[in-house]
Amino acid sequence: MAPRNSALYLGGTAGLLALLAGLLTGSGLAVADARDELSRNARLVRELELTDLCIFTEAAYTRHPAVTDLATAFQDAPASFEHFPSGALVGPPAHLTGNHVGSH
Amino acid sequence: MSGAIERQLHIIDFTVSSLLRRKGKNGALLTVYTLIVFILASVMFFTHAVKREAALVLRESPEIIVQRTLTGRYQPIPISYVESIGEIRGVISARPRLWGYYYDANFLANYTLVVPADQQPEAGTIDIGSGISRVREAFRGDTIGFTGHDGKPFAFVVNRVLEEESRLLTADLILMREADYRAFSGIPPGYATDLVLKVRNPREYTTIAEKIVKLHPDTRPIVRDEILRTYDALFGWRSGLVIVIFGAAVLAFVIFAWDKATGLSSEEKKEIGILKAVGWETSDVLLMKFWEGLAVSLTAFLAGVILGYCHVFFTSAALFAPVIKGWSTLYPDFRLVPFIDLADLVTLFFFTVVPYTVTTIVPSWRAATIDPDSVMR
Repeated sequence: MAPRNSALYLGGTAGLLALLAGLLTGSGLAVADARDELSRNARLVRELELTDLCIFTEAAYTRHPAVTDLATAFQDAPASFEHFPSGALVGPPAHLTGNHVGSH
Repeated sequence: MSGAIERQLHIIDFTVSSLLRRKGKNGALLTVYTLIVFILASVMFFTHAVKREAALVLRESPEIIVQRTLTGRYQPIPISYVESIGEIRGVISARPRLWGYYYDANFLANYTLVVPADQQPEAGTIDIGSGISRVREAFRGDTIGFTGHDGKPFAFVVNRVLEEESRLLTADLILMREADYRAFSGIPPGYATDLVLKVRNPREYTTIAEKIVKLHPDTRPIVRDEILRTYDALFGWRSGLVIVIFGAAVLAFVIFAWDKATGLSSEEKKEIGILKAVGWETSDVLLMKFWEGLAVSLTAFLAGVILGYCHVFFTSAALFAPVIKGWSTLYPDFRLVPFIDLADLVTLFFFTVVPYTVTTIVPSWRAATIDPDSVMR
């Protein structure tokens, strides 16, 4: 006898839910496993005095957005527009939009 | 109890048969819906994982960095500033930091050169990040040539390749001895790229920063809190990545909702009329439509989230790579730690499943309350 449509649907949904639950559980375990690696990376940040993640290497101000100057991304010429793709992808760093010390 | 369950099962049986009767249309709808959820979930997983990883590793970044600017641009900072800044109350230590960029014209790649505070490589040797090692196919013991600031060739022996696990921080790094860096970059003695400060009390960051600017008006201090907030802002809702994708998804949902809310097809109306004529109650029809909406939206949600998870954490967000890479030659093959924010997932659920289910029920309620005879005509 062919299975009922409701059994197929509910079984499929339960399967997807179980798969998602498995992934979420796995992510928790992976985070726990990565704790040592993250600690080692934090130590590396302290030793090398790093400020940024290496995600975008095409422009200085997207490679090191945390320390970028206030003239970016319009720095290449007066009235020059942002032209690096990564500059258009990310939001402005906190120190460019909030209050900051100094006028530079 | 079992009677109520059996009733629901019969309605689901009918709902699934009804969906399967319009296989092509519903299949296409489910595919597009799943794709939208997949893209939203991918962006959500990616941005959250990057933000969490940044917060965890960059909490050890320098407490205060002091740059010198001239006409809005960085300038090398005199090392003599160290003395006056180091005397500010609350500053434990101030030291010059040397770092900069190098554009490798042969490989069209940008590298970040860093002079470590301690354990600098031997003279004539460098430590390189795994990204540079991959791009240049250079390994321990190999010699790499660069062109110095004065056009003279420099050759460095690779002392070691930095660990692969730190690639999200070090893929493009070159660690170099101070004397080598000064000769290579041309930064004059007595100057550094910026200054790094250690402070006794984190609550004094702002006060110390203000004192630095008062003492040296040509400087710009950057405190650790700003560094930590950077990645939240970079991948926050104002970022282009999030706004464009979420904007497109919202528009797609508006089209879905519009299509559903503006009425049913004549075939669907006829189906409702027949059901009413054979004795279905309005509540039964609405229940069927609820299951129909839920079947499509919940399946799309679950499949989209699962695919998004696999995309971001198992394939290193392969579909985003061309976007994130931009014009970069050196792109870190980073595998993010799967940090998941359950609140984000719940939000995604309510934004994707609930509106669709509701917009499926509303027009059906209108059709189900009309006389069956007039609906079927």
